[in-house]
Amino acid sequence: MDFSSGMGLILLIVGQCLLITVSVLLCLAFLMYADRKIWAAVQMRKGPNVVGAFGLLQSFADFLKYVFKEIVIPAGSDKVVFILAPLITFVLSLVAWSVIPFNEGWVLTDLNVGILFIFAVAGLEVYGVIMGGWASNSKYAFLGSLRSAAQMISYEVSIGFIIIGILISTGSLNLTKIVMAQDGHYGLFNWYWLPHFPMVVLFFVSALAETNRPPFDLPEAEAELVAGFQVEYSSTPFLLFMIGELMTVVLMCTLISILFFGGWLSPFPFLPDGVAWLVLKVLFFFFLFAMVKAIVPRFRYDQLMRLGWKVFLPLSLGWVVVVATLAQFDIPGYARWVIEGA
Amino acid sequence: MQASEMAFYFFSVVIVISAMLVVISRNPVHSVLWLIATFFGSSGLFILLGAEFLALILMIVYVGAVAVLFMFVVMMLNINFDQLRSGFTRYLPVGLLIGLILFVELSLVFSHWIPANSYDSKIQDSTIGDVENTKQLGLVLYTDFILYFQLAGIILLIAMIGAIVLTHQRKRNVKRQDILTQIYRDPEKAIELKDIKPGQGL
Amino acid sequence: MSYLDILTIGPELILVLFCLVSLLVGSFYDSIKTSGFIFLLTIGILILIAILIYISPYKTIPAFGGAFIRDAFATYFQITILISVVALLVLSKDYLIKYDLLKFEYPILIAFATLGMLVVVSSENLLVLYLGIEIQSLSLYVIAAFRRDNVRSTEAGLKYFVLGSLSSGLMLFGASLIYGSTGSIEFKEIFIAISSDGFLLGIMAGLVFLISGLAFKASAVPFHMWTPDVYEGSPTPVTGFFATAPKVAAIAILLRVLFDCFGSAVESWQQVIIVLSFCSMFLGSIAAIGQKNIKRLMAFSSIGHVGFALIGVACATEEGVAAVLIYMVLYVIMNIGVFAFILNMEREGVAVTSIESLSLYSEVSQGQAFFLTILLFSLAGIPPLVGFFGKFYIFSAAINSGLIWLAVSGGIASVVAAFYYLRIVYLMYFGAKKELLTGNMPFTHWLLLIVTATLMLVGTINLFGLEGPARVAAVSLLN
Repeated sequence: MDFSSGMGLILLIVGQCLLITVSVLLCLAFLMYADRKIWAAVQMRKGPNVVGAFGLLQSFADFLKYVFKEIVIPAGSDKVVFILAPLITFVLSLVAWSVIPFNEGWVLTDLNVGILFIFAVAGLEVYGVIMGGWASNSKYAFLGSLRSAAQMISYEVSIGFIIIGILISTGSLNLTKIVMAQDGHYGLFNWYWLPHFPMVVLFFVSALAETNRPPFDLPEAEAELVAGFQVEYSSTPFLLFMIGELMTVVLMCTLISILFFGGWLSPFPFLPDGVAWLVLKVLFFFFLFAMVKAIVPRFRYDQLMRLGWKVFLPLSLGWVVVVATLAQFDIPGYARWVIEGA
Repeated sequence: MQASEMAFYFFSVVIVISAMLVVISRNPVHSVLWLIATFFGSSGLFILLGAEFLALILMIVYVGAVAVLFMFVVMMLNINFDQLRSGFTRYLPVGLLIGLILFVELSLVFSHWIPANSYDSKIQDSTIGDVENTKQLGLVLYTDFILYFQLAGIILLIAMIGAIVLTHQRKRNVKRQDILTQIYRDPEKAIELKDIKPGQGL
Repeated sequence: MSYLDILTIGPELILVLFCLVSLLVGSFYDSIKTSGFIFLLTIGILILIAILIYISPYKTIPAFGGAFIRDAFATYFQITILISVVALLVLSKDYLIKYDLLKFEYPILIAFATLGMLVVVSSENLLVLYLGIEIQSLSLYVIAAFRRDNVRSTEAGLKYFVLGSLSSGLMLFGASLIYGSTGSIEFKEIFIAISSDGFLLGIMAGLVFLISGLAFKASAVPFHMWTPDVYEGSPTPVTGFFATAPKVAAIAILLRVLFDCFGSAVESWQQVIIVLSFCSMFLGSIAAIGQKNIKRLMAFSSIGHVGFALIGVACATEEGVAAVLIYMVLYVIMNIGVFAFILNMEREGVAVTSIESLSLYSEVSQGQAFFLTILLFSLAGIPPLVGFFGKFYIFSAAINSGLIWLAVSGGIASVVAAFYYLRIVYLMYFGAKKELLTGNMPFTHWLLLIVTATLMLVGTINLFGLEGPARVAAVSLLN
């Protein structure tokens, strides 16, 4: 069959979409399990261990449980928006994967402005939260969604500035090119984490806040707001919210790997590059996310806002100036586009 | 009909319909949601024009930030829109008349639209050769268009100053948490141990 | 961007840098003392900039690829604007202290508004024009609502903001229509396109929208609705500010657009301006008669004066433009004097704005009443005061360019207008016995009142030598 035009092309694209969706969702099932296992291990519990060998199939059992339960829609809620909100969260978290390069050439759409696309999609995810909280017609849900939305917007700003630093160094908004710019003779010392070191930490913390993960899980702060914007959600819509959020976490891990840790590039010059490296890196950062969840106590809301606006924003903004200056004078490591000749 | 043409009509229809629904919707939150749909459509039109950078910036800035703030305000203010609408029928005839006149005038203008002869020579394609749209913007933004760019920046700065001046309450005797002093305190300075002998007190 | 561009825009650049630095200083060391210091510094910087603009050798060459030009026309208006801003700042300090409004943002916002006006006056394309107007208006919206715990003031700010945004929208729509027809935003290119291809329908529609937006900024009838409410609600020094510098800037930019852009199609906009002018003169004169609040009265007075100035615009001749230039300067001087007086209208520490309260003011202070009388006579255009000569130049320009009926109706309007100015004078000298005002005045206000009133008398000799520069500026605009 001809896969370069007409129906063939459409089939090919649909196939690729399905491939990415299925594999990402499948990975997610086990990551969710891993998340719980790590958390349990830190707290010296066993964690899930009943369904399947070592409880490996726990996520699938949960999935079935959620799906087969009745969907409860609160009487005073705005029904359309209520159902729309989890769908938006879920779909957007999937859409972002379309521009992620898994290996050289392994990308669904090699967008010129790929990083902007991801940034835009991440920005839109606020809507799932805020719509869900509002449509529930409940004070707790609404307060939770307001908090969450304010938090996501605040940290998006510093994430944006950090990304600009990378863009200045690369001279392109294309994710593949960003990875390629980190290629060199010195393996992992060529990657952006070294020249952009302070920003790796900032990006990681901002990613935690952006995805509402602990220690910034204030929207869901059980102690104050029951369960934040998802109070009124049950069964499949709730599942969609959960999957959407976790998928965003994995996306952020992937983004850190691509932006700062060379994506699919091998850390050692004598080993070949490949998709396995990307998976390993993502797993490592997911492990860090899980450990943070287990170890760090929750922030207070004003501390969170202070950190975002008074610490991260000036630091990342200052870093943009620093990188721009260094790149202007062709300091190696900051002006990769000079080497590439792009 | 070509695919790009179909996409154009699709986005245009989305824009027009959702823009109308912004005005018609009874619930203000729905209005904002329709407004977001309008932005989506416009963003799609930008992509069709080959201006992918503008399209995504529109998404990030307008949909991701501005519309969220709109939504915040609309949700929290709890405005009684029926009350606001109470004068609607009274002003409807005048509004319709003005709208009609404007519509007739503009349709007259657009039905006889003739651009100046020099028009074509001045309009450039958004993609010249293989230089990306984003790069082109970057090349002129701080060189040819520096004046406009900086003036626009000043406008935003003034908006920010205005928002702060008009809302910020300056309370001079409020105790705030100072994280740094908190961190740099140590037990020696904060706690004083006193050996109190029985029956004496301090 | 080149070295020369930066030198050309140097004064504005200094102003921006000053604003940014003082903003930082103000927000880090926020106290009444720093606010007062920044206030004085702003006055100093504005004077410095006026001097720099006057002596700047970088004129006639457009900067930034023809987007910005400081020709004689721009220089003339920029200096007028700066002087009026400085005078109003000097006037407003005591008031701000008295009502606990002296925040460091006030002088900074005024400085930003001034920046907008300076840019707008020397803009040479539609984009800079729009951006400058937005800088100016946005700052003005904020300072109109500066007394934010006062309902009137916030109402004024909000009304101004909503209607102002509407007018900006109209202007932007007009500009986009013009761009769509000619493919350019440069005044020069549009001029050339009109001369070579004629006045296309799209340009016509664009011009109408553009003029509507600008007429709104100048508060010409029928786009004047916001003026009385905003003037009444804003803090008095802000009202004084609104009545002077932004008006001058609006008239200047109207001249700039009409002559630089559409100079070759005079007949297409002349009628519009004539209608605007006629309506403004008569509405300003007639509606003012019933006013009880002096700030509202000044609003209608300013509408009327814009109407007179627009006669000169409608002439579309060098003489007419020169008359407008002279008229605006005289108008600003008179308003500064009147507002120096209005700012001090109070009884037992409470500001009073009703006209009735002025009755028998001559018994409170013979001097103030006398100088105010001179200023009001001049506003009414009674010879031999300077205000008369302003109107005289306008009317003679109108007659010379064949708009005789407009000049005649202008004369009638000014007779009607004289009624309400003279009513204040009547009240001050022969009003009914009532509670009197306090009549205290700080030294600076006294000084400005005396100086402006004296200028009204002395200026009749040679109009402060304004005629020469005004003619030069008019020539530079028309060529």
